[in-house]
Amino acid sequence: MTKMSSWGRLNAHEHVVIDINDRSHIPALLRSHKPGLAYGMGRSYGDVCLNPGSTLWKTAKLDRFLSFNNKTGVLRCEAGVLLRDIQRLFIPRGWAIPVTPGTQLVTVGGAIANDVHGKNHHAFGSFGDHLLKIRLLRTTGETIDCGLIQHADWFAATIGGLGLTGVIVEAEIQLQQVPSAWLNTETIAYSNLDEFFHLADDSEAQWQHTVSWIDCLSSIGRGIFMRANPTSESGRIKQKARQLVMPFVPPVSFINRLSLHPFNNAYFHLQKKQAGPGIAHYEKFFYPLDNILNWNRMYGPKGFFQYQSVVPRSVGKQAVQAMLKEIARSGEGSFLAVLKTFGNREALGMMSFPQPGVTLALDFSNNGTRTLKLLERLDAIVREARGRIYPAKDARMPRDLFGQGYPKLHEFLTYRDPGISSALSRRLIGY
Amino acid sequence: MKNIVIVGATSSIAEHCARIWLEAAPANLTMIGRNAERTEKIAADLQVRSPESVIRTIQTDFLTPDAIKQTADDIAATGAIDIALIAQGSLTDQLDCQSDLNACKESLEVNGISPVLFAEAFAGHLANAGRGTLALIGSVAGDRGRKSNYVYGAAKGMVTRYAQGLQHRFAGSAVKVVLIKPGPTDTPMTAHLKAQGTKLTPVEDVAQGIVNAINRGQAVVYVPGKWRLIMWVIRHLPKGIFNKLNI
Repeated sequence: MTKMSSWGRLNAHEHVVIDINDRSHIPALLRSHKPGLAYGMGRSYGDVCLNPGSTLWKTAKLDRFLSFNNKTGVLRCEAGVLLRDIQRLFIPRGWAIPVTPGTQLVTVGGAIANDVHGKNHHAFGSFGDHLLKIRLLRTTGETIDCGLIQHADWFAATIGGLGLTGVIVEAEIQLQQVPSAWLNTETIAYSNLDEFFHLADDSEAQWQHTVSWIDCLSSIGRGIFMRANPTSESGRIKQKARQLVMPFVPPVSFINRLSLHPFNNAYFHLQKKQAGPGIAHYEKFFYPLDNILNWNRMYGPKGFFQYQSVVPRSVGKQAVQAMLKEIARSGEGSFLAVLKTFGNREALGMMSFPQPGVTLALDFSNNGTRTLKLLERLDAIVREARGRIYPAKDARMPRDLFGQGYPKLHEFLTYRDPGISSALSRRLIGY
Repeated sequence: MKNIVIVGATSSIAEHCARIWLEAAPANLTMIGRNAERTEKIAADLQVRSPESVIRTIQTDFLTPDAIKQTADDIAATGAIDIALIAQGSLTDQLDCQSDLNACKESLEVNGISPVLFAEAFAGHLANAGRGTLALIGSVAGDRGRKSNYVYGAAKGMVTRYAQGLQHRFAGSAVKVVLIKPGPTDTPMTAHLKAQGTKLTPVEDVAQGIVNAINRGQAVVYVPGKWRLIMWVIRHLPKGIFNKLNI
């Protein structure tokens, strides 16, 4: 038994951890260790990747490429390949993963199971939109190759399917041509939510990537808006970025009532001063936190919650405003707060998180009941706005909100693998 | 392009060395394995990582001297070898070796005799070419016999002594012999150790250490380096103390 945690470090329960070293071993492993759950890099924040008291099939060593077509950009690989390895290998050859989340230290299997999104949702949708095929192994012994045409129902159930439909062992991904490893960027400070929405709408047609940092303690909603496009120009790497490490878990969270206010203030004014056009390397623009190994330790021994919701655009401003007010009033919250609009497109997956609207993502140090009470107040706002919460980030959402947010849940359940279970599935579905 | 030969190409350490070499620069890579299917799978992965490399796989018996010689001769006939990495191995359970002489024999063969035969087959060709690096994967287990794995340790000790002799033979020439002694590494071979909670070094780090040692032509390298000190202490412990330790 090994103690395993997710990225939020809220708990560390015992698991039987089994490395999958070769895809030919998988059928036997799946038969003999039930109920299990595939585990990639453990970068999801809550309990979607955990299965306390039972088995985790670790896929990180299932990291081989199968084929790549340089003319079409179609890549076939095993599910444990890291997005980082795809990017590092193929960007110099002019191809990139079209959609990546804020960390590249995740596996392809994890990116599919959570149907991750990035800063370019309005232009390119989510990860599942660029998949051609998935190979799924079920604990019942079946192998299901699914795609947009073949077994399209299994494809839709598995994209964003939280790893519950079977173990994803292989995928075929359509890479996208990129002119270089660089992006033209523009940074703009905004002083309220109206300005944010104005900037977001204005940027949608001309900019592939848009995202913003929001000062969660300012109830008016000030922040820093960033937009970017791929460019054929090359910037200059000033110096090789040093890999920083958060070497220990501090006894109390570094992010607390005392530190947050001055920190947010300083960051806002510093960025405002540096606003304007620029050029950025893709790793720095897309994955700034990957440069600090184990940054999640800064929240101290009790870990942290992440809360990411999406609410429809029609009520977006009011809902975001209401959430910011609750957070400012509570004094909780974190430096890491992101506000972004999603494009007007539905995701492929039955259980995919992205939907048209505006999404707010926030970290909260785990201060026990105080934090949980605040999150319940945020739930009420999301519930009223008919929004949903992102399971990949969640460790505590109530069942009714899950049901309301994911109306295809009942259809999805018919595709579940009977030999797979997770802490999240037991908490929100009951088994 | 460099000519690289890997014997025991399905070994996880060898696979990661190959990734490092090929991602740095395209190469002529010959992969020798016992299991054709698994060797092919790794070759396909390496080909995606390095489309310009020329990769071929050879399946052969690992203990038949004639087959080994033929394989080495065929490879050498295509051009001078820059690097030959001998990487096969298997961590047979010590208790199995004690209760079953077949397991004992198998461990001695795959960890000791087979690597020596391959190395000897390639050594002649490196001598003829007057250059090249021959790298062998030994183990910290070969430094002093311990009750927990002395059969495996004896086979690895044989590799150590063999490499020492080869270094003596090639002293002063441009042929380099590199002996690598990894500590416990996170590979399929050590899955049972991991389950017991043993701390293992990531295979990527060990592979990088090996590639660096080969670049430098270093005679004996421990990866990670701390094992040089640990094994120095273990080798020098007086018998009275050593025999009381449960290692």
